[in-house]
Amino acid sequence: MINKLWAFLIISGSLYLIINGKFEILNKQILGSGKVTLDLLFQIFPLIALWLGIMNIAKRAGLLDKFSKLIEPFLRILFPKIPRNHESFDYISSNIIANVFGLGNAATPFGIKAMESMQKLNDNKEEASTSMITFLIMNTCGFTLIPTTIISLRMLHKSKSPTSIVLPCIIVSFISLVFGLIVDRLWAKK
Amino acid sequence: MSNLFIPLIVLFVIIYGFFKKINIYDAFIEGVIDSFSMIMKMFPSLLAMILAVNIFKSSKIIDYVFSFLKPLFLLLKIPFEVLPIAVMRPLSGSFGLALLNNIYGIYGPDSYISFLSSVIQGSSDTTIYIITLYFGTVGIKKIKHALWVGLLADLFMVIMSLIIVPFLF
Repeated sequence: MINKLWAFLIISGSLYLIINGKFEILNKQILGSGKVTLDLLFQIFPLIALWLGIMNIAKRAGLLDKFSKLIEPFLRILFPKIPRNHESFDYISSNIIANVFGLGNAATPFGIKAMESMQKLNDNKEEASTSMITFLIMNTCGFTLIPTTIISLRMLHKSKSPTSIVLPCIIVSFISLVFGLIVDRLWAKK
Repeated sequence: MSNLFIPLIVLFVIIYGFFKKINIYDAFIEGVIDSFSMIMKMFPSLLAMILAVNIFKSSKIIDYVFSFLKPLFLLLKIPFEVLPIAVMRPLSGSFGLALLNNIYGIYGPDSYISFLSSVIQGSSDTTIYIITLYFGTVGIKKIKHALWVGLLADLFMVIMSLIIVPFLF
């Protein structure tokens, strides 16, 4: 799927640019993508480094276990195939907690750790397990209490109430999260 | 308010760790070392995705393909400006943010168009990027229904925004 999507984006985009004679733009995009990627990684790297440091303190002090325990009853319903007390739950709950509080970039390391630990439980290492899919749906729905970047962009544009979008975002993303989880469950049973 | 959120977490974690009598300094250093391997693992799939997305979005193929939808948007009284945000939301977060920046500049941050666009941008995440990154990092090739459910939820999110936002604006 990723294979096909990747091919589709590159082929359709390139052909369209070539037909319209915009070789220069295409050339710039191809040659520049490495630098764009590196810039992006450099932008998020300091935050990931800092956050992994702080969160390692929380982990060693047993704080993450406490948060995990709080939301684990819900997670156990959503991930019936992960054994009780498995480390996956710690990473999944840390990822969710980071996302909910608008720390999107900080959530990514936990997300990757969660995927790695779910991969250990996976029978077929090339095929996604149902737990992995459920976890990614929870991520892609982007349920958050604080959409930080949008709030800061609104402040930049001198909005009278930068946080007015927060409540509608919570409502809409929560509804789509529930929708996503239901569709995921029905689809997995097929 | 949200400016205080991160400092409070940091402070809380450090105070908590300190009184739990663990070596917080060593724990911090150990955590930071972990971040290097993480970045190294993220680079390949991120590069692959940025290459594809940048070619695709610079071609402006979306504007062309969806121009036939304009009368429909007019009929339903939906601002056409929200379409590129809705379509590109699953692909690239920075693209949506750039568009949002334009819309705020033209219509003002407190206008209806800006409000609706913000909710669409803020109520989902970069579905395709997340799926590529996470599955790519652990070497999954068959992703089964993950992408379809993710995109379906995104479509549902846009429809819900269009229904709910007029009541909350």
